[in-house]
Formats: sequence, C-alpha cells, structure tokens
Amino acid sequence: MSAMKELQTDYPVPEVDHINRPYWDGLKEGKLFYQACACGHHWLPPRALCPQCLGTEWQWKMACGQAELISWVVYHVAYHPAFKDKVPYNVAIVALDEGPRLMTNILDDSEHLSIGAKVSLSVDTTLAVPLAQFQLVKNTGGTYEVL
Amino acid sequence: MRGRYVIAGVGHTDFGKLGLDTVTLNAMACGRALQDAGVDKSLVDGLFVKVPTSAPKEILYGQKVSEALGLQPRWGGAWDQGGAANITLINMAMMAIETGQCDIALISYADNPRSGTRQAYARPRGNEAPYGWFSTAAGYAMIHRRHVAEHGTPERAFAAVAMAARKHGATNPKAQLRKPLNMDEYMASPWVVEPLRRDDCCLVSDGGAAVVVMSADRARQLQVKNPVPILGIGGAQTSFDLPLRETLTSTQAVRSGAQAFRMAGLKPQDVDVAQIYDCFTITALMTLEDYGFCKKGRVNDFVRDGQIEIGGVLPINTAGGLLSETGMPGMQLVIEGVRQIRGTANVQVPNAKVSLVSNQGGVMHTHSTLILGN
Repeated sequence: MSAMKELQTDYPVPEVDHINRPYWDGLKEGKLFYQACACGHHWLPPRALCPQCLGTEWQWKMACGQAELISWVVYHVAYHPAFKDKVPYNVAIVALDEGPRLMTNILDDSEHLSIGAKVSLSVDTTLAVPLAQFQLVKNTGGTYEVL
Repeated sequence: MRGRYVIAGVGHTDFGKLGLDTVTLNAMACGRALQDAGVDKSLVDGLFVKVPTSAPKEILYGQKVSEALGLQPRWGGAWDQGGAANITLINMAMMAIETGQCDIALISYADNPRSGTRQAYARPRGNEAPYGWFSTAAGYAMIHRRHVAEHGTPERAFAAVAMAARKHGATNPKAQLRKPLNMDEYMASPWVVEPLRRDDCCLVSDGGAAVVVMSADRARQLQVKNPVPILGIGGAQTSFDLPLRETLTSTQAVRSGAQAFRMAGLKPQDVDVAQIYDCFTITALMTLEDYGFCKKGRVNDFVRDGQIEIGGVLPINTAGGLLSETGMPGMQLVIEGVRQIRGTANVQVPNAKVSLVSNQGGVMHTHSTLILGN
C-alpha cells in the first residue's frame, strides 16, 4: 500500500456496487474481467442480467488483454478540474479480442494512433483506482509504424 | 396517417441568454403557438413536454408546465428522449388524437443552460469518468473520427455544414449567432475535443418553442389560417453506450427516415428543403447519408459547392440550425420546417412543397423524422 499513488481529492472515482465489484477488484491485480453468458454473449460494462438472453447463467472471464482501436478523441479542454493538467489527453474505444468494447486511454502519444491498430492491456496497479488502459503493439495492425 | 394531422400553430421565445426559468419559457412559447393557431387555450386537452436537458431529473415537470398554462389536460407529461423528443411527442400526440383520447395538443420544449447550468453538457458518462470521459461533444468526436477513417470524409465537408448554417443564420434577426463563416475561419477554429473544432459545435442557448397539433378536419372546423399537413413521421433508437454499437458510422435516420418516407409516399429526391439536426457537423452529414440523399461515404459530393445552401440542390437549416439560430435541441427546426411550407421563412426556398425535419438525441442514440408538405 505504501507505493500506492494518492488520488487528488476531486478525482472522479467509479461507482462500485455488488455487480461490478469483481471488475474493479480484478484491475487492482492487473487483470481485466468481462462477463460471459451460457448463451454465448460476452459483454462489458458489468450488469446483472445478460443483455442478450436476460439470463443469469454468466461468469467472469479474464480477457487476454489484446484489443483493436476503434476510435479515439483528444481533449483540448478540461471538463473537470482534475484533468486541467492532463490536456491534451486521449480517450479511446477499443474492442477486446473476446468481443466486449470499452472506453479507455491509449498510453502512447495521440499522434501515433490509427484506427484498427492493435493495442494491449496495461494496468498501473499502483494507482488508487487502477484503470484498464492500453498501449500500442508496435508494428501490428492499422497504419502505425515505429518511428 | 398521411395528411390527417396538421401543425396548426407555432411559437417561440427569443434565443440566447434570457435569465428566465424553463417553465415560464414553455408557457411563453405555448401562448404564442396558440395565438398563431388562433385557438383558445380552453380547447387544449393534451400537453406533451420535452424534459429540459439541464434538469433531467425534475419530477412531474409536465404538470408544472401545465399549471403555468392554467391547463387541466386529459393527456399531459414530460418525455425524455434527448433531442429526438420533440418530433416523437408530435407523433405521440397524433396517436392520442387518432384514438379519440385527445382533441388538440400542445407540444413544447424550453431550457435555460446559458443563464442556468451547462453541467448536463459536460457531465461524465457512466463509470468512464476516471478515464477523462466527459461531455456530449466527445461522443460525437469519436464518431466523427471513425467516419473520416472509414470514408475519407474531408474537413471541407464538415465546414460546408457549418458554413451553410452560419450563412442562413446571419440573415435571421432572431438568430443567436449572426456571423457568416468561411473555410479559413473554420480551419482556424480551435479544437474542443479533437477532431471537433469550436465551429463544429452547436450553441448553448436559452429559449422555448412550441407547436399546436390537431386533425386536419378539426383545423378546417376551427378555420385555422395556416395549417401545415404532416405527411410522414417516424422514430428509432440504438444502443445507449457508444462502445456497444456495432457500427459508429450509421445513425437511426436510416430506420426513422424510412418510416416517415413510407408514410408520406415520398422519396428523398422529392424533398425541397430540410432542417437537419446539427448539434455537431458530423450529425448533419451522417443524417443526410442515412436518409438516402446520397450514398454512404459520399456526403462530400452532396454538400460541396454550396449545394446545401439557399439556391442549392437541397438547402438545409435555413434559419441557421443549432449552429447559428439557437442551440436548443430541435423544436425550432420543426418551426422552420413549418415556415417553409407556409412560405413565410426568412430564407425561403421558392415554392417549397415538401419540407423534412430531423431530430436526434443522446449521442446519435435516438432519432425522429417529420415530413411536412402541402
């Protein structure tokens, strides 16, 4: 715990409840979990019922961490005081190899991003609230090349 | 349903920074719409109100507006569907009248984010705030980027939407932003959430707007002066969470438009003038594609060389749209669509016979379409 990086007091934190707790607990160990239903559907963000069959026969599965970049934006204006010193920063949508898509940050310079690029999971477990962030896999997919 | 219902009257407040509460703005707009229709408010027995964006959790909001108007309607309440709600509420009013449960309906919207709070537009979306995911604009920016990547949509296509709106709005005495825009100014406009520039983004405005809906028969009976027939109407929705959509580059204009065109018995090439919801320039471009005005990915060919400006193939947003007239989500577009058929618009398309209006909400989550004409 001594190595844990403190959050600014106004930094936004996720609303953790009995449904999504395993997801956020997993990230503390550097693992990204998604929900997989007996009907074959995979999804995020966490919810109590499978949005395809409305059943409860689902389980948590660990993602392999490989994903594809679907799109991204770069904030030049901070909409929250905690992000004033971070602009410009990116927020991206990635599709996990297992199917679910999620909102994330790509830790590389935004100038190097391209749609379709392969990215891999990178969780900083020293953060007070570890996040499922990603980084570019060099020389794979998209139009990204090592400079 | 084609032609069986009419918009009998329209009314709106000023736009900009007004310093008035939303219930008052609704009541002002409703009063003006009734006056325009020449209908006494005692005849109104339906009041359909869109929830103000800046106060989405207000309880019994429709009933508060009803009280301010001194009405005890049979049908009344507030509906939340983002910016698609205005046309959807017109649709619901038509269905209520069709089933004999309502005779004359007011449909109204007002908000005051400019003098009140803009928090609703900057709010975090779900549990993604720790990633820095805030604002309505960012969702549209995500779609904008993907559209450019998939179809090679050039910056001048986005600029064309903004320049058309600003050109038309500059001559509208009621418009909040009356300043034409050229390509150099567009390119120099600062990033908000890249790839969105400031001039891709709608205004933030106070204001209210309302319409009166009744059957065409009732309008004849009451000798309404300028009823505008509703030829077609439709709606559709997709996934709320942006990451969960299989495709980011298609809108619900596909389904909503198909339904409205089917009811009207018309095709896109029959449309003389269109008010295309332009909360961001990408929204207008994708809506034009998805209504079938051009092929998917070819919207630049459709909007270039002033073809969506007055005198062009399809003039859009002739009062300035959300980018120039007012950032209010949608009802003012319905009102401009009505003016075009009446022949009373400020930037009038000569002899306009078919006038189309799109409304959409969320981040391209909800969509509704209205086709007006004689």
